[in-house]
Amino acid sequence: MKPLTFTLRERPDQRLDLSPLVPHGLAGKTAREIERIELQTTRHRITVGDVFRLRPGDAEQIRIQGACDRLDYVGREMNGGEILVEGDLGVQAGRLMAGGRLTVLGNAGPWAASGMKAGVFEIRGAAGGRLGGPLQGEITGIRGGLVIVRGSAGERAGDRMRRGTIIIEGEAGPCAGSRMIAGTLIVRRKAGPLPGFLLKRGTIVIGDSSSVLSPTFIDCGRYELVAMRWLAGMVEPHSKAAAGLLRRPLTRFAGDMAVLGKGEIFVGNRN
Amino acid sequence: MPLTVRGVRIDDTFAEAFGMRATAVIITADSARWARQAALSMTGFATSVIGCGCEAGIDRELTGKQTPDGRPGVRVLLFAVSTAELQKQLQTRVAQCVLTSPGSACYAGLEGEETLRLGNALRFFGDGWQISKRFGGKHFWRIPVMDGEFVCEATTGLTKKAVGGGNLLIVGRTVQGTRAAAEAAAAAIGKVPDVVAPFPGGVVRSGSKVGSKYKGAPASTNDAYCPTLRGAVQSALDPDARCVLEIVMDGLTSEAVASAMRAGIAAIVKLGPKRGAMRISAGNYGGKLGPHHYHLRELLP
Repeated sequence: MKPLTFTLRERPDQRLDLSPLVPHGLAGKTAREIERIELQTTRHRITVGDVFRLRPGDAEQIRIQGACDRLDYVGREMNGGEILVEGDLGVQAGRLMAGGRLTVLGNAGPWAASGMKAGVFEIRGAAGGRLGGPLQGEITGIRGGLVIVRGSAGERAGDRMRRGTIIIEGEAGPCAGSRMIAGTLIVRRKAGPLPGFLLKRGTIVIGDSSSVLSPTFIDCGRYELVAMRWLAGMVEPHSKAAAGLLRRPLTRFAGDMAVLGKGEIFVGNRN
Repeated sequence: MPLTVRGVRIDDTFAEAFGMRATAVIITADSARWARQAALSMTGFATSVIGCGCEAGIDRELTGKQTPDGRPGVRVLLFAVSTAELQKQLQTRVAQCVLTSPGSACYAGLEGEETLRLGNALRFFGDGWQISKRFGGKHFWRIPVMDGEFVCEATTGLTKKAVGGGNLLIVGRTVQGTRAAAEAAAAAIGKVPDVVAPFPGGVVRSGSKVGSKYKGAPASTNDAYCPTLRGAVQSALDPDARCVLEIVMDGLTSEAVASAMRAGIAAIVKLGPKRGAMRISAGNYGGKLGPHHYHLRELLP
């Protein structure tokens, strides 16, 4: 069956809330009913039919064509099915995602995968700041699932991560993995200053040893651990680059000793 | 009426076996030698539930492509009469024999709706420094040890459809010939997946009967098959029988046990009576105790 396709007519005048366009939200709806769904974030009313050309299809496979950074909350709370986005996205893509697969062929804005619980979220371009992080007032960020960023990510990727795995194949901005509680963050290349800032528990792996660590991380030596081999095997179907990094000898730094100190940063060689 | 295949007599009888609880783990190490060493230690003193708490053995060796961490490994099967006893034996044996073995890691070797605690029980050895890792529905513990880390999957599967006590009695005219037949059968059974023969080298020479003249002894020597007692007791042996060896098999399924017995019979028959054994029989309790009956005539090669 063909996917249910939304093609953006033109760049919208206001930011749009696309959170209703998820497989479980559109299941059983007719094309007319879908076209009447409101997407505005201002007082000016905008429906799906106003901004998208709709091609009916299977609601379990949604395709958004011609997307731009004014489309916010795509895939919010999706719990199954698949969304493929051709273009860029705005803020909080995949927010509270609980299952299924969300793929963005372009870039994603800040707070992508915020509070994500399960599923797979792939960003082929770059991700904005606070990837997987919590919103203001929330205790934890990403709580499960797998996030893959083929490009680079902004500041504080994996902030307050509780569980799950984030793979960044490019570079990460400052304070990657800040305040992490658990989970795994893999940065294939370089991380900005102070990765693992106030890290309690959890694992950060950084490919480039030129990344500047806080002095509150303690060098524990260089190892080829079985756990990394196992993890390499698990992530290989999703990211060969990350798997290659995990199979190399890695230097383990324990920290952040400024807080609980039961986290770890593994660092590879200079790239 | 006994059957004769290539000169080997096969009794028209059956092996009687019992339902058991079973589990499996995969042990890996930096080399096949160390993986096997850990498995041998773990499955030592696990020949019979009567005295050892469980029956265990190596199911098969695994290449790096067949293990979760890409290193050589061994799959071990454990059988016990209750879930509680199986949990106790698994936990104790992995803790004392696998956790302690250099470079080892331990993973679930069986999928099951019900599970037994593996790393979830051993993680406390980490004294607070253990690290939990989850990925793709799998859950592992990393426990710091003196050569690095012991990686252990949180749980492993449990099956309640396992069968213990499939058996073959191998009767020969010479000790050497009978042993050769038993070795050939054990080697053939070793190639059958999901089955172990838990006795030394897969072979037991002290087959037992239920009960004893002495109080408190649950089992005693199977005098009907002891050649030196022929004439003194009601013997089950022919006048020219000089030696009897038994192979006991435990399997994750009844089909696995039947396949193992079939493979064992085929190996004995192939060796023939001159170089091997002259007769194959099986142990049972009249069919009243065990729900699984394996008739030898249905397992002929």
